Amino acid sequence: MSGTREAVIEARGLCNRFGSQSVHENLDLDLYRGEILAVVGGSGSGKSVLLRSIVGLRRPNEGRVKVFGQDLATLNDDQRSQVERRFGVLFQKGALFSSLTVTENVALPLIEHAGLSRADAEHLAGVKLALAGLPISAADKYPASLSGGMIKRAALARALALDPDILFLDEPTAGLDPIGAAAFDQLILTLRDALGLSVFLITHDLDTLYTITDRVAVLSQKRVLVAGPLAEVERTDDPWIHEYFHGPRGRAAEQAAASAGQEH
Amino acid sequence: MEPSATLDTRQHPARLLIAGDWTLAHYTSLKRDSERLRDQYDADTIADLSKLGRLDTAGASLLAELLGAERLSHCTDELPEASRALLKTVYGSVQDYCIPIKEAEQPVLLQLLARIGCAVDTLWQDTRQLLGFVGLILATLATRLLQPHKWRVTPVVAHIEQTGLDAAPIVALLTFLVGAVVAFLGATVLADFGATVFTVDLVAFSFLREFAVLLTAILMAGRTASAFTAQLGSMKANEEIDAIRTLGLNPIELLVVPRVLALLIALPLLTFVAMVCGIVGGAVVCALSLDIPPAMFLSLLQSDIGVQHFLVGLLKAPFFAFLIAAIGCLEGFKVSGSAESVGAHTTSAVVQSIFVVIVLDAVAALFFMEMGW
Repeated sequence: MSGTREAVIEARGLCNRFGSQSVHENLDLDLYRGEILAVVGGSGSGKSVLLRSIVGLRRPNEGRVKVFGQDLATLNDDQRSQVERRFGVLFQKGALFSSLTVTENVALPLIEHAGLSRADAEHLAGVKLALAGLPISAADKYPASLSGGMIKRAALARALALDPDILFLDEPTAGLDPIGAAAFDQLILTLRDALGLSVFLITHDLDTLYTITDRVAVLSQKRVLVAGPLAEVERTDDPWIHEYFHGPRGRAAEQAAASAGQEH
Repeated sequence: MEPSATLDTRQHPARLLIAGDWTLAHYTSLKRDSERLRDQYDADTIADLSKLGRLDTAGASLLAELLGAERLSHCTDELPEASRALLKTVYGSVQDYCIPIKEAEQPVLLQLLARIGCAVDTLWQDTRQLLGFVGLILATLATRLLQPHKWRVTPVVAHIEQTGLDAAPIVALLTFLVGAVVAFLGATVLADFGATVFTVDLVAFSFLREFAVLLTAILMAGRTASAFTAQLGSMKANEEIDAIRTLGLNPIELLVVPRVLALLIALPLLTFVAMVCGIVGGAVVCALSLDIPPAMFLSLLQSDIGVQHFLVGLLKAPFFAFLIAAIGCLEGFKVSGSAESVGAHTTSAVVQSIFVVIVLDAVAALFFMEMGW
């Protein structure tokens, strides 16, 4: 499998600094087509900064990021917008537009980019919301009156609106109940299989790690310490990684995933 | 490949041929096709998906709506595993999902009446709330004044800097210019009577009694009331004010009282700056174009203008300050989460405080006139 894999995102020699504080030094990371890559790391290890550098919200101090073989920083506005249309981003806090209803939030990119009529766009937005598991009663509400879990789902529906090629998820299952989180994991798997999505997933959820990820990248000491299949990463000789995967929570999640695997 | 949905009625039972890429790019035309076809085929029709190309969630939702559950379960066998899973997932989620029917609109006249009624009610509620809020601030102020060890000096000083010191240059410039304009106006009109010397009285009277305090208050309403609303509003939207309450603290005491006190101190000081600058503006015009030298200007000022005019002007400043700060903070507390709401309440804070300032000033002018002060 490894030799022929096509990288949709290539980050090389990435450095991000805030004043005198350095977050990334010489960071290299690839995301291959059709894979679910989980990025893990301690709080403040720069996971969200990495995501922002890749989608072009932050210009790295050094290094470059190639998306679909193109360097976003060198493209003009039109080309850039074309590439960005193939991204779906789920922000940590949802980042729904607070002055639009949930349906309008999802319909907005459909109207602006796919050129659908308002009625069609809102109909399709309803489908995406249903897909993301949002109850119908929430469709006409404003984000301020939704619960945290519902905001996550609505934001996923918006990220999926244009059927993107790459889905960026920043802690998607944080704040969801375990049933909702499991359904969320399953939904991402289904979508990946059906649409050939590549998924860049930042998570602290060990269950998600064990259930759906193809590869795991560990962000530590300002770079990607190790990236590879979970089993390989687990065996890495590093105190933080050991603590992460073999601590009480890591063991519990591993056992749960193993017993679930036997039942199937 | 160009996507299509066609009904082949030559065979029996009829066959529904689905071909091409069913993706978002073709959504509008596919939707039109499938709506046209939906009424034409009956229960026996067999769907043929063997020519189906790429499929995404948009196409899958159309297919699911076109074919329905039963037919989908029969005809998807030849599809790749991934597309089948997608169809099944989409179908499962859209099954009991339809856009809710919007309520019918009421007649225009009724809507008009309803809106007028709403506006009147809002005005009444706003007034009541403002009076209640003013009472709350006064009560908190009164209890805190008696406990000097609980005074919060640092936030008050910080707010004085933001609302007073930072605003001083703009207040000074603005009143200087208005002072010059008033002097020009006076000179133009009074020259016909050969009474240009009374320009001094005009500038001094208008600035000491009205213009300095009114201009400053309007500027503060635009600058400070809006800032207070935006600050408290985004704290409200971020649940910070709820957090203050759950920590057992009083948001009025913590957030509102320092702001009110700061403006109570800053506005009179700014008013004094405005008086001086307005009169200086008048004096400059007098010196340059009316041949009234500054020394003569000053001596006229001393002999003609009583100190009560200065006091009348300055007396109004604390009342304006209190109301501007109270309205700004109250509107901030009314914010309800969305970015739009922050904007609406900021606008409302500025409009209300300018309105209140002008109305109060008019009432005060009448009062002082009747009292002969």
